[in-house]
Amino acid sequence: MSQTIPVEQLKSLTMSIYRYDPSVDEKPYMQDIVIEVPTDKDIMVLDALHLAKDQEPSLSYRRSCREGVCGSDGMNINGKNGLACVTPLSEVVKRNKLTIRPMPGLPVVRDLIVDMKQFFDQLEKVKPYLITNSDNPEIERTQSPEEREELDGLYECILCGCCSTSCPSFWWNPDKFLGPAALLQSWRFIADSRDEATEERLDALEDSFSLYRCHGIMNCVSVCPKGLNPTEAISNIRNKLINREK
Amino acid sequence: MLVNEIINAKDLPVMEFDGIIVGGGGAGMRASLQLAESGLNTAVISKVFPTRSHTVSAQGGITCAIQSDDPDDDWRWHMFDTVKGSDYIGDQEAIEYMCSEGPKAVFELEHMGLPFSRTEEGRIYQRPFGGQSKDYGKGGQATRTCAAADRTGHSLLHTLYQANLKAGTNFLNEWLAVDMVLNTDGAVVGVIAFKIETGEIYYIKSKATVLATGGAGRIYASTTNALINTGDGIGMALRAGIPVQDIEMWQFHPTGIHGAGTLVTEGCRGEGGYLLNKDGERFMERYAPNSKDLASRDVVARSMALEILEGRGCGQNADHIFLRLDHLGPEVVHKRLPGITELSKTFAGVDPAVQPIPVVPTCHYMMGGIPTNINGQVITVKEGKDEVIEGLYAAGEVACVSVHGGNRLGGNSLLDLVVFGRAAGIYIEESMKQGVDLKDASHDDIDKALERLNKLNASSEGEQVTVLKERMQQNMQNNFGVFRTKDLMEKGIQDLSKVRGEVENMHLKDKSATFNTARIEALEMQNLFEVAEATAITANNRKESRGAHSRDDYPDRDDDNWLKHSIYFSETKEVSKRDVNCRPKTVQAFQPTVRSY
Repeated sequence: MSQTIPVEQLKSLTMSIYRYDPSVDEKPYMQDIVIEVPTDKDIMVLDALHLAKDQEPSLSYRRSCREGVCGSDGMNINGKNGLACVTPLSEVVKRNKLTIRPMPGLPVVRDLIVDMKQFFDQLEKVKPYLITNSDNPEIERTQSPEEREELDGLYECILCGCCSTSCPSFWWNPDKFLGPAALLQSWRFIADSRDEATEERLDALEDSFSLYRCHGIMNCVSVCPKGLNPTEAISNIRNKLINREK
Repeated sequence: MLVNEIINAKDLPVMEFDGIIVGGGGAGMRASLQLAESGLNTAVISKVFPTRSHTVSAQGGITCAIQSDDPDDDWRWHMFDTVKGSDYIGDQEAIEYMCSEGPKAVFELEHMGLPFSRTEEGRIYQRPFGGQSKDYGKGGQATRTCAAADRTGHSLLHTLYQANLKAGTNFLNEWLAVDMVLNTDGAVVGVIAFKIETGEIYYIKSKATVLATGGAGRIYASTTNALINTGDGIGMALRAGIPVQDIEMWQFHPTGIHGAGTLVTEGCRGEGGYLLNKDGERFMERYAPNSKDLASRDVVARSMALEILEGRGCGQNADHIFLRLDHLGPEVVHKRLPGITELSKTFAGVDPAVQPIPVVPTCHYMMGGIPTNINGQVITVKEGKDEVIEGLYAAGEVACVSVHGGNRLGGNSLLDLVVFGRAAGIYIEESMKQGVDLKDASHDDIDKALERLNKLNASSEGEQVTVLKERMQQNMQNNFGVFRTKDLMEKGIQDLSKVRGEVENMHLKDKSATFNTARIEALEMQNLFEVAEATAITANNRKESRGAHSRDDYPDRDDDNWLKHSIYFSETKEVSKRDVNCRPKTVQAFQPTVRSY
């Protein structure tokens, strides 16, 4: 990008980026990389990372769709989790500096890439798929527009991990507390009029950790790049648990 | 054994499965689901976590005659539209299969839990899309595209991932397949792949290998495609001596956001949006008096490009077109097109409920690919005759079965990938029951598939990946775009042939085995380059204008000479012709006629 823009329309930006390659580095360090960004238009943090990678090809991060729908590039941008590809520099650069770290709470594989295993293990525990016992009809199952509307704000989750890795309860108990992303998915299926396993799903959450470790801190809500509300989903499950007949 | 060592077949560990699927997008996961549910030991090898695959970006829907909006809808009308849309080089047997099996495949997705939008009757919501008609083009616009708001691809991909979890599919997530292993009979018996996180490398042995690696839009500088769309399957096939078909046919989607390239669904126009030039004119009325903004994509993209070329583009530089939606009211825009609202705000700084979205035709879809039959079996051509490659299958965008021919209709890609992912799975399941007997690969066979990796690891000098990539992308953008001319194409081909040596001898500076994205990008670049060169040579070779391929020296369709598929082998760089299938099983073939909308 920098080659095609006249010099007078560029300004320098210092990116401070978390670097760690366990096969080379004894310990992680922060590396300053100065990039040239356009003055007349906003670019995304991901574009800035590409410019940094042009200088330092060994810099590693995940990316795919570059439009906020695949969930690859969740990272910690100036202290807050977000997706690099839909976060404009104008929103996050402070005093001409941009600090990028991996999402907190999960083991770092290399640079900005974290090991998502615990995150996905917790997701699988909620059986994130439709469960039915009745026979499938010849055509689709019917669902009213109102019933379908119950899934809005739930099915859009992109599994980026921004929420769970900003949640102190998940940091403490990533193996026992399911975390906001998994619980949002749990509610997505409980709320689905077509699902026939509500009781089974609720039973699996009846312990002191899986769900009840949520303390309503709401970091998940404030960081979700899709504007979803896991805290609300958790409280919906909580109500369902309290109100069901034993 | 690690990916950054000198790797040889003798010491290479082996992993074995009944069936492997390379690629975790819609086609791959539909195929794997079929295999896993039939009890076969199945693995998906995906270079990204499956829900990061590009299927996730599909927006508008999946076109299928499920008779929800219109109880009288007929899959044969859908077939007619698809044949016409393909500009008559789509294979009619394959199109017949897709359109008639489609409803089954779509209902299955619903049964798996796909959160389709709904009608008042509780059925799946359908919207009008481009190129759709009732009664074989005689009954006006049809409403045939099944949608989950404007997040249909996301919903479909996540649903398939969920269904695969339920079925117990093995996922090798963030593993990169490098090349295929062929035995001395020329059958495919697995792939070389490594775990990106650790660099552990294996020969993954299998009796059935399904390529489902998606498209390669990243050969162009401006594309709606994800950064991962690098034509890995095409590269693997061409290097293994397997041809590609109709690879000159690239779809330019009418509405990519100007500057960013991100997609704005055709569903916007399906819901009633329209295009405007700088004079505020609905110019599509001039180019396609009947279908207007819902003419097929090649027609709309060309019309837009002409408006811009003739000075009627919008904005300071007169270099884009406006897509107007505000007249639909915020209710429709926010409810039916929530994803578009989000993308427009992020990438164009406009709220489509208030202001028009600036758009330009943008590279979107690869109609060509690895030739297959309707069972997903890969086909090569020997002395003018089709021949099946044993052990190898392809489905989805990487394949050319061919249901899209010269131009794909909107909503047909999601249908293609579920129908033919499923079909490949069903065929493999059946053939495994009959018993598959393929000769084991020798060390020599395996070493051949390791050559590329070893060479890259040994590199100590050479050009950087990013420099070569930018040069190729600019070349393709400038010389093989919406309009093509002989001189520019020849110039483009020349430049590619100069670059080939550098691409084969790139320098990989970072030799780390741990999540080394520089190594991945280098391997991807070599795949992209194979696609680019195949595109360039076949485009220059097709001396007519058809579908998405439009050239000024041959402005007309030439059915006498070119109602044919192009077949391209990279070893010889030669292009030959292959007959289009005009033998549907249950209906009369549709004959080529003048194509107007």
